[in-house]
Amino acid sequence: MKAAFPHTIPIFAGFCFLGMTYGIYMHVSGFSFVYPLIMSMIIFGGSLEFLAVSMLLGRFAPVQTLIMVLMVQARHLFYGIAMLDRFKGMGWKKFYLIFGMCDETFSINCSVEIPEDVDKGWFMFFVTLLDQIYWVSGAALGGILGSFITFNTDGLDFVMTAMFVVIFLEQWLKEKKHYTAYIGLAASVLCLWVFGADSFMVPAMVCIVAGLTFMRKPIERAGGLL
Amino acid sequence: MVMTLEQQIITIGICVLGTMLTRFLPFLVFSSRKPTPKYIRYLGDALPSAIFGMLVVYCLKNVEITGGNHGLPELISICLVVGLHLWKRQMLLSIAGGTICYMLLVQLVF
Repeated sequence: MKAAFPHTIPIFAGFCFLGMTYGIYMHVSGFSFVYPLIMSMIIFGGSLEFLAVSMLLGRFAPVQTLIMVLMVQARHLFYGIAMLDRFKGMGWKKFYLIFGMCDETFSINCSVEIPEDVDKGWFMFFVTLLDQIYWVSGAALGGILGSFITFNTDGLDFVMTAMFVVIFLEQWLKEKKHYTAYIGLAASVLCLWVFGADSFMVPAMVCIVAGLTFMRKPIERAGGLL
Repeated sequence: MVMTLEQQIITIGICVLGTMLTRFLPFLVFSSRKPTPKYIRYLGDALPSAIFGMLVVYCLKNVEITGGNHGLPELISICLVVGLHLWKRQMLLSIAGGTICYMLLVQLVF
């Protein structure tokens, strides 16, 4: 735990801030702090939890929700593939390591050089646990503090837009070629225009996977994305 | 609230189920000895940009370009987010800066 803690300090700041914003956002959207508390505990995936707020406020659409969750979280599949070896032989800890593998936890556990004299399983276990504690307490605190906020919170929902813009930009900067970003944007805008704001997500996701599959050969011939 | 409590619970349940499916599936399907199929690896590289692009569009889906304030507060704030991020590359600063800018714009200007 002592070895793991320093690596999680940057996450501490980020998760407390984002978690609290998430909790406040849920509060101003009309949910009691129990919602962010439970959701941050059992979903534990920041971007999806923000999305879940707008899904909970919309009409009940289980199939669309499931498809959206799978697409948004699909990147975890590749985290898992990357961690196949690292999580081997961890026993019961493996279950929690997989359960709690959010983006930030993954990036630490995947990249950090664990000192020789520290048990790898316990190190990764505490990274995961600490990160989750930061996020859950931030979210619950935000949900509770939300009711004491007296300033005007109009426009706070933009935090989700800003977050996705930043993540998108980070992806953009990582890649040399931006074909897939264009495919995503073009497919979404086109479907938004054709199907309207309430029902464009499923067609957009279908178009994206179809577009990516169709463009695979040209993209790979051009030397991939990097 | 449009949804009943049961529907909310189901929706949250689906979020949990979908998330856990994506986290656990690789450990159930792939072994570290066999190489991962090429198509899957390609999707892994290609999907994130496309999906986060889509989510940006999703966040802006209710912006009226032809009426209202023509999406100006959104446009200005997104430019600020991008500018801040290219300048400092501090995720929290960019998000907080853009959100505060947007809140001020919709509350005081528009």
